[in-house]
Amino acid sequence: MTRKTPPPVVSVHHLSVLFADGGASSPEEGFHALGPVTFSVYPREFVCVLGPSGSGKSTLLRALAGLLSPTKGEISFAGGERPRIGFVFQQANLMPWRSVLANITLPLEIENVPAGAARLRALELVELVGLQGFENSLPRDLSGGMAQRVALARALAHDPEILLLDEPFGSLDALTRERMWSELSRIWQARQKTVIMVTHSISEALFLADRVLVLTARPGRVKLDLTVDLPRPREEEMRYTLHFGRLARRLKEAIE
Amino acid sequence: MNLNLVRHFEGIPNPKTTKLPFLLPLLLAALFVAGWELTVRLTDLPAFILPSPALVAARFLRALADGTLLYHAAVTFVQVVSGLFAGVLSALLLGYAIAKSRLFERLVSPFLVASQAIPIVAIAPLLVIWFGPGMFSKVLIGALIVFFPVLVNTVVGLRAVPRSLYELMRSLRASRWQILRLLEIPAAMPVFLGGLRIGATLSVIGSVVGELVGADRGLGFLINVGRGQYDTALVFVAVFTLIALALALYGVVLLLESRLLAWQRQ
Repeated sequence: MTRKTPPPVVSVHHLSVLFADGGASSPEEGFHALGPVTFSVYPREFVCVLGPSGSGKSTLLRALAGLLSPTKGEISFAGGERPRIGFVFQQANLMPWRSVLANITLPLEIENVPAGAARLRALELVELVGLQGFENSLPRDLSGGMAQRVALARALAHDPEILLLDEPFGSLDALTRERMWSELSRIWQARQKTVIMVTHSISEALFLADRVLVLTARPGRVKLDLTVDLPRPREEEMRYTLHFGRLARRLKEAIE
Repeated sequence: MNLNLVRHFEGIPNPKTTKLPFLLPLLLAALFVAGWELTVRLTDLPAFILPSPALVAARFLRALADGTLLYHAAVTFVQVVSGLFAGVLSALLLGYAIAKSRLFERLVSPFLVASQAIPIVAIAPLLVIWFGPGMFSKVLIGALIVFFPVLVNTVVGLRAVPRSLYELMRSLRASRWQILRLLEIPAAMPVFLGGLRIGATLSVIGSVVGELVGADRGLGFLINVGRGQYDTALVFVAVFTLIALALALYGVVLLLESRLLAWQRQ
């Protein structure tokens, strides 16, 4: 991975995260969740982080989002400080008292965008994720797949430079999940964001990613950095090609 | 007055009976008055023990006409609303601090729980001695009695805000004020309003307790006057006015709930 240009959007250097669990007096004695890991992500890249459960995938994403601070090592961003981030959680994580539209405008309200402009932007995103007609619905009236689309639209609302996805389709049924892959792929191509997505599904990673990082079991370290050179747009049939199978096998072997 | 009150109190929405929300309770009230009238006629009790409904109604009209009822009701109303306001405000401030800081909670919660062991009736005379028979002591008693249930619900409501939504707000780099305004207040609102519902009725009790202990105005004072002059009909008038006041306050909270918690309705 020695691409010289352009410079990475985010670089992770010897990042370790330890939790002071179980009465440990200092983080050093605590539970070692992640690291050290080192990698860079380049503009408009779609990177999937794959690994067995407990490999610290979510911890890595949280550290990137600034939700927890690294115990050791550092995370550096292109512009110096952490850029705008859109985070999609495992659960849709919508505010139940807000309508679909109001959930999507939340990041814009936080950035003090005037209500009229925020509304227009949200309507645009509603269309992008295919939820026309549900603008005024409440989250409790949405299916899991619809709620996760709202979460995706919300993560895109404030035009983030980096999109962080934490197993966003894990709670969906298989059919909905595969439909969401195509949608996400389409949205990513339309919006050209840098995406880092945590998953435990090899097919999901190969369907979506430019690159897959495989983490080892606890504490997670980068075991494999695999470039996915499958042509885009990726279709359903691609999964039955020899090359897909080869890549899947390499990932599978790396995970075990 | 309204069966929906009970239903609201139990948090059970029932769309079936909304067609006749007033008919059934009114019927029950009519039945109650009839039973009362019958009791008076059958037992031949003197009016200073049990005045007939007609006598109470006449006394009500007289008190209304000479202005005494409105005057004393207004005094109590102002005290009740001020006590409620002061109690809720202090409960909100302290509740937020307790919900946010375990250390602060450990510091103050023993005192708060101990304070609940003191019946308000027992310290009301002290407060009247210290702060005089005027309105201030009543507002204080009302605030004290309102404080605890609102505080508890504020803390419970704030503690129940999902951690994942805090993470969302932090990932969006929301300020502390934005987290309060956009997340904590709306998320804690249902539980807080439950506390306010209890507080609203308690504030009436607080005010009247204060007035009964020592006052020169208010509905509690009116009850004392009625009792002293064997004007039992006046006692009834004051009691019914108090009930109406409590119900009106409760209704305002319910209205607030239906406005603010529309998203919870099925």
